[in-house]
Amino acid sequence: MDAVRISGLTHRFGDGETAKPVLHGLDLGVAAGEVVLLTGPSGSGKTTLLTLIGGLRAVQEGSCVVLGTELAGADEATRVAVRRRVGFIFQHHNLLGFLTARQNVAMALEVDARLSEAARLMRADAMLDAVGIGEKARAYPATLSGGQRQRVAIARALANEPGLILADEPTAALDARTGHETMELLQRLAKEQRRTVFIVTHDPRIHDIADRIIAMEDGHIIEGAHA
Amino acid sequence: MALAGGPGPHRGKPRWDPSGGGALSVFLAFRLAWRQLRHEKSRLAAAISGVVFACLLIFMQLGFMTALFESAVQIQKSLNADLFLMHSTTEALWRSTPFPRARLAQALALPEVERVAPIYVQNVVWRNPETSLKRTLLLFGVDPTSGVVGFPGLTADGLAAITKPDVILFDARAKPEFGAVPSWLAVGPVVSELGNRRAEVAGLFEIGATFGSEGNALTSEANFWRFVPNHSPAQVNVGAIVLRAGADAAAAQAALRRILPDDVMVLTKPGLIAFEKNYWANTAPVGFIFGLGVVIGLIVGCVIVYQILFSDISRHIGEYATLKAMGYTNGYLVRVVMGEALILAVLGYIPGWILGLGLYELASAQIFIPLTMTVEKSIGVFALIFGMCVISGLLAIRKLKDANPADMF
Repeated sequence: MDAVRISGLTHRFGDGETAKPVLHGLDLGVAAGEVVLLTGPSGSGKTTLLTLIGGLRAVQEGSCVVLGTELAGADEATRVAVRRRVGFIFQHHNLLGFLTARQNVAMALEVDARLSEAARLMRADAMLDAVGIGEKARAYPATLSGGQRQRVAIARALANEPGLILADEPTAALDARTGHETMELLQRLAKEQRRTVFIVTHDPRIHDIADRIIAMEDGHIIEGAHA
Repeated sequence: MALAGGPGPHRGKPRWDPSGGGALSVFLAFRLAWRQLRHEKSRLAAAISGVVFACLLIFMQLGFMTALFESAVQIQKSLNADLFLMHSTTEALWRSTPFPRARLAQALALPEVERVAPIYVQNVVWRNPETSLKRTLLLFGVDPTSGVVGFPGLTADGLAAITKPDVILFDARAKPEFGAVPSWLAVGPVVSELGNRRAEVAGLFEIGATFGSEGNALTSEANFWRFVPNHSPAQVNVGAIVLRAGADAAAAQAALRRILPDDVMVLTKPGLIAFEKNYWANTAPVGFIFGLGVVIGLIVGCVIVYQILFSDISRHIGEYATLKAMGYTNGYLVRVVMGEALILAVLGYIPGWILGLGLYELASAQIFIPLTMTVEKSIGVFALIFGMCVISGLLAIRKLKDANPADMF
């Protein structure tokens, strides 16, 4: 089963005559376990596509099936349920400043009240070990470097065993070497755990981690739509 | 790796809504609220002091209000009779209109009435023998053998002494401006002027300052007329009626109302107490003023807590949006904000209560108005503070709408 299956996806911002189309009838499939990079200039609609797949925006037209759930016409509860099965990595890590690294990772697990507190923290510590900053488990984000913060964010995105990981410009706030290291780490963990990864990026230096590169321009996919 | 095992929460749709309700989810939301609050100690301290301030304001207003009501009826509570007559235009004891003494004689016509006793009341100027400062106290004139005046601390010797000319009993808890009468009395006779006439203090009783008078004195009827020469003996301020044992006060009250002209009102003892309290609560705007003070305290507290919560949400809007992107519902975030509000309520109330108790002690010692911390008052104020924080939280959560996860990219 494909992790993502999109057909005829069209999206506009605004209403009526002033509506500005950003996506024009996209068709796209991402197979489970694939690491896909989405590139393209600013304003090409990459981020809009990412927010639609992540259930952060309502689908206006066309079909968008994520992890087996159709998001076209889906209500807020359905989209919330999809978000819980997706791991997000943001441009600016977006860690909660008042929580320690392990508490931040555990937040991804608190959505699932079935786990005990001990199990949550154990898994959080294991995830931080896996991203190589186990010794920073009790540090607050403000005391971590940019690369360390992004590693915590990766641990958080992976903690809940998501069916899909969505990353938006994950290397934008990092220097070239750190950015590449972090993405290599993400790719390695994704492959080990057989996770699907969908990365929006400008950064040509991380193209080597992708199984496939999709290029967008002006709301159209111009390259790599199908595996 | 080790993480690959175990039940994957992503497999299949969630069968329940973990952030939609349940005690555990509420606990987790409150824990997040607490972690957020505690992370910035100075902001937390500012927020708590806002609640403490509101708490203290309310405690003081309520304390004065209850003290007002309690002190205002101390005298009424210590009168030993079943029914009372007062002029129908009387609003409060300290400014009562006298009525004809003949009404008491008329009341004796009722078979249930055992005996009657007149009580004379008048504001009279007392000269402090040490400073010569003149202050007004409330002088009571009664027949000392009637037994209707049961002021705390009265002795048989004292009641016997006021039958002698120009002898009075003095309120040991009157304001200090009247002079340190109790300590002077312990070493020798105390003589001063009452209503421009020489008066000798022969003993003490304990009433204390009320909102109607700063001090009190008690003497016999004959002495009363000498200290207050323009007060006609035929005009009585309060008529005390003692019923025969076993008589029904309410029935006797109804019967007296029928036989007495309507220039007097007939009150039971609880009725007399309620009448006086009602004057201070409603006719004198004192009750309203204190009530207004409570409302202002609540509004100030509300504004402070709302400001704190609102700016907290604004500063954490990105973090809240991130939580939404991670699959937390808006309801979960509402619980986090309400959790903050309730934590602030509890953390502010505890020091507020302790400081309130301290201020009550201070007020009782310094201004001689006994403020008491009761269980009812403690619970009542907590309920007000709790409600205040809930309202602030409900106002602040509107800001959560701005946390839109789609804007995080």
